[in-house]
Amino acid sequence: MEDVNIYIQAVAGISPQQTFDTTSFPDTVIQHTGNRLSCVEPEYDDLIDAKLIRRMSRIIKMGTAAAVKCLQRAAIEIPDGIIVGTAYGCLQDTEIFLQRMIDYNEELLTPTAFIQSTHNTVGAQIALLLQCHNYNNTFVHKGFSFESALLDAVMLLKEGEMKNVLVGATDEITNASHDILTRFGLYKNDIGSKDLYNSNSKGTIAGEGAFFFLLTNQPSERSLAKLGATEFFYQPENNETIEENIISFLAAQSLTINDIDIIITGRNGDKENDKIYNELEGSVFANKQIINYKHLCGEYPTASSFAFWMASVIIKDGSIPKALSSQDQLPSANVKTILVYNHYLMDHHSLFLVTAC
Amino acid sequence: MEDLKKQIVAQFNLKKLKPEDIGNDEPLFVEGLGLDSIDALELIVLLQQEYKVKLANPEDGPKVFRSVNTMADYILQQQGENAHA
Amino acid sequence: MHKPVYVAGGGIISSIGNNITECIHALENSNSFIGEMQYLHSTHQKTLPVAEVKKTNAELAQIANLPCGTTRTALLSMIAAKEALLNSGVDNFNRLRTGFISANSVGGMDKTEDFFKTFSKDHQAGRLRDVVHHECGSATKIVADKLGIKHLVTTISTACSSSANAVFFGARLINNNILDIVIAGGTDSLTRFTLNGFNSLMILDNEPCKPFDENRKGLNLGEGAGYIVLLSEKAATTLNIQPVCTVSGYCNANDAYHQTASSSEGTGSYLSMKGALQKSGLRPSDISYINLHGTGTKNNDASEGAAVKQLFQPHYPRMSSTKSFTGHTLGASGAIEAVFSVLAVQHGFIYPNLRFTTQMKELPFAPETTFSRNQAVNHVLSNSFGFGGNCSSLIFSKL
Repeated sequence: MEDVNIYIQAVAGISPQQTFDTTSFPDTVIQHTGNRLSCVEPEYDDLIDAKLIRRMSRIIKMGTAAAVKCLQRAAIEIPDGIIVGTAYGCLQDTEIFLQRMIDYNEELLTPTAFIQSTHNTVGAQIALLLQCHNYNNTFVHKGFSFESALLDAVMLLKEGEMKNVLVGATDEITNASHDILTRFGLYKNDIGSKDLYNSNSKGTIAGEGAFFFLLTNQPSERSLAKLGATEFFYQPENNETIEENIISFLAAQSLTINDIDIIITGRNGDKENDKIYNELEGSVFANKQIINYKHLCGEYPTASSFAFWMASVIIKDGSIPKALSSQDQLPSANVKTILVYNHYLMDHHSLFLVTAC
Repeated sequence: MEDLKKQIVAQFNLKKLKPEDIGNDEPLFVEGLGLDSIDALELIVLLQQEYKVKLANPEDGPKVFRSVNTMADYILQQQGENAHA
Repeated sequence: MHKPVYVAGGGIISSIGNNITECIHALENSNSFIGEMQYLHSTHQKTLPVAEVKKTNAELAQIANLPCGTTRTALLSMIAAKEALLNSGVDNFNRLRTGFISANSVGGMDKTEDFFKTFSKDHQAGRLRDVVHHECGSATKIVADKLGIKHLVTTISTACSSSANAVFFGARLINNNILDIVIAGGTDSLTRFTLNGFNSLMILDNEPCKPFDENRKGLNLGEGAGYIVLLSEKAATTLNIQPVCTVSGYCNANDAYHQTASSSEGTGSYLSMKGALQKSGLRPSDISYINLHGTGTKNNDASEGAAVKQLFQPHYPRMSSTKSFTGHTLGASGAIEAVFSVLAVQHGFIYPNLRFTTQMKELPFAPETTFSRNQAVNHVLSNSFGFGGNCSSLIFSKL
């Protein structure tokens, strides 16, 4: 089981950048103003059947479209498994039904918003669209929602009964959710994505997205990259623990930090949140090329799926995209090994190792 | 009848359809418009909210909701009965 | 062939009892407590019977040793998880790789729906503490933190098959040598959101439900939580624990027919039961008892019945739906019924299907109507089928 390689055969995603229609990193980066980054959405009608789309809220359309696009790129009609990670589920439908319950005092309620509000709706609608009777699961654990889905997918492929798994993550912002999270003090109120990392103040910017990956245990010319390893850990005792975890994560793959070409980190502009990244850049990550991503997609529980996408397309193209070179990095060629380290709100930490095939 | 068609298009988010495209006798379910059991539940609520007409027995659904014609007939009939009650 | 995944014990809280002993007592004496709403406030209080846990939040918080304002979903979860650990004899589990895999569908909605009333009029109003644990993952985090489990904690939400998938995932984590001990299961509390949601689908019975009966009219919603403690062979030996049974089979399939309705042939159900049998290496005739999903809706029971007929004919095992006791506990149902299945193997229980009088016309079998113990129960199949076509089946086997 240990010898099974996991290949990333295709990726697709909708995000606050123009990520959907390209198989590489977009040529230009969209600089968002304000603290709420909204997705750049495609035309859905060509991708999703009219009979299904009429009931779909935004997040379900985003997830379904990204899944369909991913499968098209992978040239696979029906995957052996579908796994989704989402922390918030389908917020818009939840709010609609809650509002109706109040407006009509629990009488005369129509079911559509309710049935579309369950957390497994994205995974279920994909299965329905494809007529896929295979394994179908949804993880909903905060900053580990995507990581859990990935773990499940990797296990399935290593167990050997499946050849490929469609795995992804979706999370949305609604007016209500943004107002609530703002009241929790999560966001800056005077800054957009441009100066996010230099702000030296509390708060980050909100984001959303839907990303899907077709993972397989079969090598192919189509493969963008390999998922070398993935790990997640909760509430590490201190920064030393984090450093040790990173070192042992790499050691388990017979690697050291010297073997890593680029590190993608989850800096989000919040002073407290980013302390660990400052520490690491002075220790384990010293002198390494580091790229941040949350100025592109915002902060949300499944934002690490954006980082995973980014790592995949960078490995595929073999170099840091021009559009990211404004981060004082020279575009470097020959990128073969990427480490992604992210944490969500200090508690949920994850590592991905993405390598060239 | 035209109101009913507009409401159907709006309720079911049938973006590509104009109300006038729905034939009076066109089947609403399975074939024709291709509505399903969830839509039937929505129609029951629509009838109550817009026309104050209650579908006494949900099993009558397929009959009553067969087409815009049958729906309109049912509404008029129920409203007539309600007026006399 | 995998090494076995052992079950060391379980814990449960539901409308028929606040722990395993009370639940067994109710099952044995055909006592279901489906009736008028006492704890949830709703317009439907007098018209829709439900199966509530017979404790206020304050009482639950005291038993769970959690703060009083905690979401009911987490309170129920804590109580059942604690009982599972106690019954399994597992203590000092941090010597081994331990995980908590929980499932739910409502999360903190019991509090959110109250918050939303105020918030919807003014987005600056409403108490934030009522919405801080809205996410499904929060209920899991609260309990894992309290139990001191950190190594691997996650939450699954696949509607009514949620906690069956949690058990399934837990077993695979052990099979893949990622964990040694897993507390796996799920929880859900009754909320206006789900009550009204199901009511809008017109699948609730306004009387206590009668699963698998020709004249069934729908389901009753319930609430509760259930967990089982899974052990690897290494953990059982290291901790010197005598397991009670094994998880010998599992499968997850999708009906892919409709967002809420099941296909008339029961495709998803058939595939998940068949897959579980294949996994376990058992034949249909090896199954001693099926704990049916059996919600009592026209659609589910017909669909599940068709699948059972296709898979098991002509020899049908004994079967029943314990939702006739506990109501449909949504995200918790898979785990609550897993606990019942484990007890069935352990004690030779066969549970009755309450309020059954008339066999379904299209089925050549009928559920059990009396409780018995000390039966030859070697292998139990437990079904959980949910919205979104998510179908899961588990098999528990004697050692």
